[in-house]
Amino acid sequence: MTTLPQIHNGQAIPWKNVPELAVSEWRAAVLERVHKGRRISALFGVPDDKQVVLVAVLTNDQQATLELCRTSVGDTYPSLTTDAPQAHWFEREIAEQWGIVPEGHPWLKPIRFHPSYTGRDAWGRDRSQPIEPCVTDYFRVEGEEVHEVAVGPVHAGIIEPGHFRFQCHGENVFHLEIELGYQHRGIERALVRSVPVRAYPQSEGDNASRRHYEPRTPHLAETLAGDTTIGHVTAYASILESLGGTMPPPRARSIRAIALELERLANHTGDLGALANDVGFLPTASYCGRLRGDFLNMTALLCGNRFGRNLVRPGGVRFDLPQETANELLDRLRRTFDDTRNAVNLLWETPSVMSRFDGTGSVCRQDASRLGLVGPAARASGVNLDVRSDLPWGGYQLHPLPSVTWHTGDVAARAYVRWFEIEKSVEFITDEVKALPSGPVAQDVAPPAGEHLAVALVEGWRGEICHVALTDERGRLKHYKIVDPSFHNWFGLAMALRDQPISDFPLCNKSFNLSYCGHDL
Amino acid sequence: MLRILQARWKQGYRTVGFPDKPPTLPAMYRGRPHCDAGKCQAGCTACIDACPTGALRKEANAMSIDLGRCLFCTDCEDICPTKAIEFTREYSMATRTREALVTDGRAFELAKALDGEARRLFGRSLKLREVSAGGCNACEADTNVLATVVFDLGRFGIQFVASPRHADGLLITGPVPKNMELALKKTYEATADPKLVIAVGACAISGGIFAGNPEAGKGADAVVPVDLYIPGCPPHPITILDGLLRLLGRIE
Repeated sequence: MTTLPQIHNGQAIPWKNVPELAVSEWRAAVLERVHKGRRISALFGVPDDKQVVLVAVLTNDQQATLELCRTSVGDTYPSLTTDAPQAHWFEREIAEQWGIVPEGHPWLKPIRFHPSYTGRDAWGRDRSQPIEPCVTDYFRVEGEEVHEVAVGPVHAGIIEPGHFRFQCHGENVFHLEIELGYQHRGIERALVRSVPVRAYPQSEGDNASRRHYEPRTPHLAETLAGDTTIGHVTAYASILESLGGTMPPPRARSIRAIALELERLANHTGDLGALANDVGFLPTASYCGRLRGDFLNMTALLCGNRFGRNLVRPGGVRFDLPQETANELLDRLRRTFDDTRNAVNLLWETPSVMSRFDGTGSVCRQDASRLGLVGPAARASGVNLDVRSDLPWGGYQLHPLPSVTWHTGDVAARAYVRWFEIEKSVEFITDEVKALPSGPVAQDVAPPAGEHLAVALVEGWRGEICHVALTDERGRLKHYKIVDPSFHNWFGLAMALRDQPISDFPLCNKSFNLSYCGHDL
Repeated sequence: MLRILQARWKQGYRTVGFPDKPPTLPAMYRGRPHCDAGKCQAGCTACIDACPTGALRKEANAMSIDLGRCLFCTDCEDICPTKAIEFTREYSMATRTREALVTDGRAFELAKALDGEARRLFGRSLKLREVSAGGCNACEADTNVLATVVFDLGRFGIQFVASPRHADGLLITGPVPKNMELALKKTYEATADPKLVIAVGACAISGGIFAGNPEAGKGADAVVPVDLYIPGCPPHPITILDGLLRLLGRIE
């Protein structure tokens, strides 16, 4: 096996040390590793003179390392998807962004519906014609009693837009195809455009304290997926810190981890309530709706905003956690958790709920692992991976959290995993707040190193968030790649719907609760 | 069954007293900012440089902040050497016009209630279709939360409905990216006249943090006419509720 450089989570490496392999060697190096159980955390194109360079970031969960390799490609290259299904969405993205055709890809379609960045179009579409979202080929099942159901972009609830197309036989779903792109806001490219070398004074008269990013950029990271504000901005901050060779102070690392777990608590609690709602069990739906807000209010206790806006910044956090606030946080956490346990236990005790959860929307372990699912969706199918325990960063390095799995892969499993994670997060926050390190909560970040590549993984509440940045010779961002967990998991939802009644779609969808904007960027 | 009843007892009554009583807001809550041009140093542009969305303007003897762009991040307040900008705890921020959002914060024209026929039609029953158009799911989440027991939107006769055909108006979040423009127009057209449009959050008002991205759009009123603007990133649920109630004449 070709030897590849290994880095840790949140480490930068000189670009020249990322080995450039011939396409066939690169392909073999990636496939060998995937077949040995490494995961593709990122696979993307980077513009380089007139060519495009494909970069693979492969995660070795057992050894807590990331392996990197790259190759230059022309208009086409042999697709990885045929031998590694988890590459399928990445290769569709590469085709759409750079106009490069992965030859042999079984279902090569756009994923976000925008013109390519190079002017080359992988599908030879007429450049004078606008690209309409989700106007594309769809997988079709033909037959006398087969019918098609199309849903979206605008959905019935207060939900982000996306298009779902079901091939049905009576009530039964043969296949669901998910097309997104309505939320595409061009954030990756905006991050690259926004970051100059010039340093911004952090406060008046404090010339020593400077930051090397434009005011706009952390906000762009925070709004990648607003329900994952802390998760994404932590990854972004970690990228700038590793490029600058800076480590945030211990107290800031703890506060970030506390905020990330609060984000998980709010969303997992909300999801359990939404699952109850989708099977018509209103007590838990109603209580969890309120309790989710109580967790959001704890985040607001830390920083004034229910979603954690403006808390995490490169170098640390903007707000300290004074003792009095810490005490109030612990008190509220204890009370809210008590109510949450009471509300959620009703689910497990109610046969009419469990009979709807059990066996619905199953994804087997093998499919979950081959498709590269992450987060609670993967863990509910028995795939044991969690960045917090496998590749811990920041506050998790000294205080790892156990990874929680379940084996049935159905809606019940995705509900159980969320509940166990709620229990573990509450313990984590309690311990962390009680043993909060002393000292400052922020420090200066040195300017980003030139011609370096940095990778940051964060376990958000939906799963692995991966940010990758590449700098030019002056330390400016040349490329920024974001992989939201939803990018890996949307196809998992499609798999879960196979051979299910179409009326179970809302329930299955909620059990994944994926991000549209996080996918669309 | 008994367990369900026990849980009901334990979970208690949780609906907030607002609007009859003042709301409980986080201690670090950042509400409507005030600017004081009198305190502002000549030649200093620290706040303008620090603002992520270009919300601040400084002219000869005047300063203004565009709440339609403001993210309430307080970067301007933190950097100002003379404390000319201050974020207050005022949570009422909704306006009926885009222009009213550009202010020094002190003189601020809050949304006036609908009058005449519109008040008669919508005042006691307002059904809204929510359209997320590039929203990051923060404005969506804090709009959705209004339907929980905490805010109990139903008690005001306001409800989110599943189809534009059932709706009296739209509540729009997000900057309306290019890929959502047509869907938003179609949803608007599918809503029966007369109808209202409410833009929630900096993105839906001005494009917010995404303004200037060619993919992202410039907000709802570039596509459909807007009747009520509710600023924030995202607005606190109380700010959204306050805006809706002002529009219906439930808060004066």
